[in-house]
Amino acid sequence: MARKLLIEHAEVPEIASYDIYRMHGGYASVEKALKTMSPEEVVEEVKKSGLRGRGGAGFPTGMKWSFLAKPEGVERHLVCNADESEPGTFKDRYLMEKLPHLLIEGMITSSYALGARRSYIYIRGEFMYVLRILEKAIAEAYANGMLGKNILGSGYDLDLVVTPGGGAYICGEETALLESLEGKRGNPRMKPPFPAVKGLWGNPTVVNNVESIAAVVPIVNEGGEAYAKIGIERSTGTKLISASGNLVRPGVYEIELGLSVEEFIYGDDYCRGIANGKQLKACIPGGSSVPILPHYLVTKTAAGTDRLMTYESLADGGFASGSMLGSGGFIVFDEDQCIVKNTWNFARFYAHESCGQCSPCREGTGWMEKVLYRLEHGQGTLEDISLLEEINKKIEGNTICPLGDAAAWPVAAAIRHFREEFEWHVKAPQEAQKRNFGLISAPIEA
Amino acid sequence: MIKVTIDDVEIEVAPGTTILNAARQVGGEIVPPAMCYYSKLPGTGGKCRTCLVEVAAGSSADPRPMPKLVASCSTAVMDGMIVKNKTSDRVQTNRGGVVEFLLVNHPLDCPICDQAGECHLQDLGYEHGSAKTRYREERRTFNPIDIGNKIKLHMNRCILCYRCVAVANQLTDKRVHGVLHRGEHAEISTYIENAIDNDFSGNMIDVCPVGALTDKTFRFKSRVWFLKPYEAECNCEKCSGKAVVWMFGNEIFRVTARKDKYGEVESLEDKTAWICNDCRFDKKDPTKWNLIGPRKIDRHSVISQGKYATKNDNNPKLLQ
Amino acid sequence: MKVDHPQAVNEAPIEFSAQTMTEIQRVMGLFPEGKKKSAILSILHLVQDEFGWVSVGAMNKVALLLNIQPIEVYEVATFYTMFHLDPVGKNVLEVCRTGPCQLVGSDDLIAYIEEKLDIKVGETTKDGLFTLKTVECLGACGYGPMLMCKYQFYERLTKEKVNEMLDAMREASKS
Ligand SMILES: Cc1cc2nc3c(=O)[nH]c(=O)nc-3n(C[C@H](O)[C@H](O)[C@H](O)COP(=O)(O)O)c2cc1C
Ligand code: SF4
Ligand code: FES
Ligand code: FES
Repeated sequence: MARKLLIEHAEVPEIASYDIYRMHGGYASVEKALKTMSPEEVVEEVKKSGLRGRGGAGFPTGMKWSFLAKPEGVERHLVCNADESEPGTFKDRYLMEKLPHLLIEGMITSSYALGARRSYIYIRGEFMYVLRILEKAIAEAYANGMLGKNILGSGYDLDLVVTPGGGAYICGEETALLESLEGKRGNPRMKPPFPAVKGLWGNPTVVNNVESIAAVVPIVNEGGEAYAKIGIERSTGTKLISASGNLVRPGVYEIELGLSVEEFIYGDDYCRGIANGKQLKACIPGGSSVPILPHYLVTKTAAGTDRLMTYESLADGGFASGSMLGSGGFIVFDEDQCIVKNTWNFARFYAHESCGQCSPCREGTGWMEKVLYRLEHGQGTLEDISLLEEINKKIEGNTICPLGDAAAWPVAAAIRHFREEFEWHVKAPQEAQKRNFGLISAPIEA
Repeated sequence: MIKVTIDDVEIEVAPGTTILNAARQVGGEIVPPAMCYYSKLPGTGGKCRTCLVEVAAGSSADPRPMPKLVASCSTAVMDGMIVKNKTSDRVQTNRGGVVEFLLVNHPLDCPICDQAGECHLQDLGYEHGSAKTRYREERRTFNPIDIGNKIKLHMNRCILCYRCVAVANQLTDKRVHGVLHRGEHAEISTYIENAIDNDFSGNMIDVCPVGALTDKTFRFKSRVWFLKPYEAECNCEKCSGKAVVWMFGNEIFRVTARKDKYGEVESLEDKTAWICNDCRFDKKDPTKWNLIGPRKIDRHSVISQGKYATKNDNNPKLLQ
Repeated sequence: MKVDHPQAVNEAPIEFSAQTMTEIQRVMGLFPEGKKKSAILSILHLVQDEFGWVSVGAMNKVALLLNIQPIEVYEVATFYTMFHLDPVGKNVLEVCRTGPCQLVGSDDLIAYIEEKLDIKVGETTKDGLFTLKTVECLGACGYGPMLMCKYQFYERLTKEKVNEMLDAMREASKS
């Protein structure tokens, strides 16, 4: 059985309380960092660990931290991104609900490393009940001297605040999140300047995902090198995977990076296969923004090697035959699912969630949604399919923030791999209303 | 000073200059179109994406090309940067895409739009648009809202440049309108029944690149190209009093600020010559103005085709 | 596509309960001087908790409390989809309609609730007890189909569970 560094104690009764959490070794990283390490040493350990951002982009956390500007006399902030709204992703909620103190511990240790004295957790408004859990835990941490003035006699002060969003996927994008945290509409900012230079209220700011911050705890406790030993290549450590869709046992799993996709879907310790004895049709391995893979590219790469749960292996084959690990939102489709319908569903999501600032995204996502709606409802034409590809190309790369790309890529990938199914919806619209297209076979290499 | 090359033209500009402003220093063909950026309104730009350009080399220190096209209005030049605008097929194709996006939900009601003739979207569509539309869906419409008796808001035509919001923020003491809702439902609105009525609110009309905000005191009175623009001056306590009056015979049909070839209100004596609502809406009596002389319109639009130099000019009756 | 956002009538700021005001003071206290606007989303949630929805009069009051222009509140409130800007039923059922939930039957769930309550998505029952809405992914994808009501998550819903849930809500609304 794989090692669990984050959610090992998640099911321990009352682990959400300070005392029980403490009894299971909680807050050791704070003691170690504040009493025996300099902030730079903590950053160094995180660099050595090879930890890559768990929010989706996979940017090395240690490197991000070292970019933080440190002008004299200017406050710095650490902001935790708990907006978790990428469809298919629900791991942060699990972590925060079960182990609120793990996130708080990570926030303290990380804030210390960054020299932040006022840190924030921005949590999506729909998780209000989780916010209450965090508030209670934060109060306990203050009461036990882990937050506030002169923590553990180290002379280091930290205030930690948790605050809700109001229902907007885009506020997961780090600059939109900062706007929202400033009490404004969640319109992403133009970059540069990056948050590391001008972030919250214009102060240098690091934005990190919940899981990235939590991972700092085992990294500090066991050392960066030990952490880097888990996993393969540049995919180090463990990762929370949110498994959803037509699985026997969907849910949140902590895996060691490098586990095979086959094992993850079918293994007894993980999802235990496709529900209701059906066959796998497709899989979106990293949240709705990453390309969909047809069944023959899920457990094997195009080159025929085993597909692994790593940043590299899931991306193997590029956009032609690969996808991305993204946020680890692993969505599984059985043979009865309609790809056109699902593509339309996600297109509707992005159109609904576009902030509307920049024209390619505002107009393009809405346009794609309407074309896909027609295709799904038997009113499409073959030109519509190529039109979608065209719209896609005109959005991709031309927007302020990556939501445009996130909306474009899945449509492009769905058409790339399931063109036959899209065409079938045009050619046999009546039939397409009644039954599903079923599985496609792998293209035979000439 | 730092060196930058735009479409094979090399220039030196001050550090911190954006690509767009560097191009404007040269002028002509190499200047990317800008629908949302407005140099006189800090904070604008980055939204419409019409000014996208290709950066073929980031700087002499790091000569790698930038992978994505960048918004020239909000990207600062670096020493040794090489930029392609007109000379990049990629830019032309993608700009065509942006223009198509701006037009898919546009009502294309130019025949009844007061902005026709001085509309930046018309110019852009003419230059980059395609003659056919591929948009088969129902165009977006908003129900009309009333923002007072001076300014007409025609949301269906709006491209959400946010310039008018910047005017309200920066020129008036109390902003009552903004962008509401989001995505394709986003709109310029006051939310509640409210008039946008403030000494300088009329400048929203001048900064609007399309016909979304027009002058109610001029609505449907005439096509702009039938009018003769004069540079004019008046004594005004609230503003510079330096404006352009648009005349037909001896009548003033409308008053606007003086705009440069990019459609921006000019700077006079180091200050942007915004005009106040009194000058714009209420001073239609020619005796209140000192007419300085004909105003040259420096844009490639029908207004500059010199209609007022024809004989009709002296004989307004002919047109009626 | 028609976007129908008629202008609302302006209203005088309304008063909030003492409890809401205490909470508002607390959340404003979480942010440094000069940055109180950061509390706006917390405040809008509190207002909605008290009244069930967010009226113009309530937003005007929020503007006063934060010392900002009313339009700044309207801009924010209309951006975030959690805020109901029109009156709603006592229980707002927000059903997730996004991909992962749809794979496991959210369409059927929505249809079933529509049938049970005899309303369509977006409508409120005549007795004012329920409003049905669809929302995008709520971060519970592995436990779908699901819905949220009063910040509570109802997961892995079946017809039986929906029946039980509705009955419990009816019961709770009596008191
Ligand atoms: C549209 C969009 C939505 C995003 N949503 C989230 C989110 O819900 N949670 C998250 O942690 N990161 C999200 N991100 C990524 C963040 O912008 C940012 O990269 C991340 O919080 C950085 O943290 P990390 O380096 O620890 O991953 C989103 C990005 C985009 C473009
Ligand atoms: S890409 Fe979409 S979400 Fe991002 S800034 Fe542009 S309009 Fe907003
Ligand atoms: S002018 Fe640059 S993005 Fe609009
Ligand atoms: S898709 Fe329904 S909760 Fe995520």
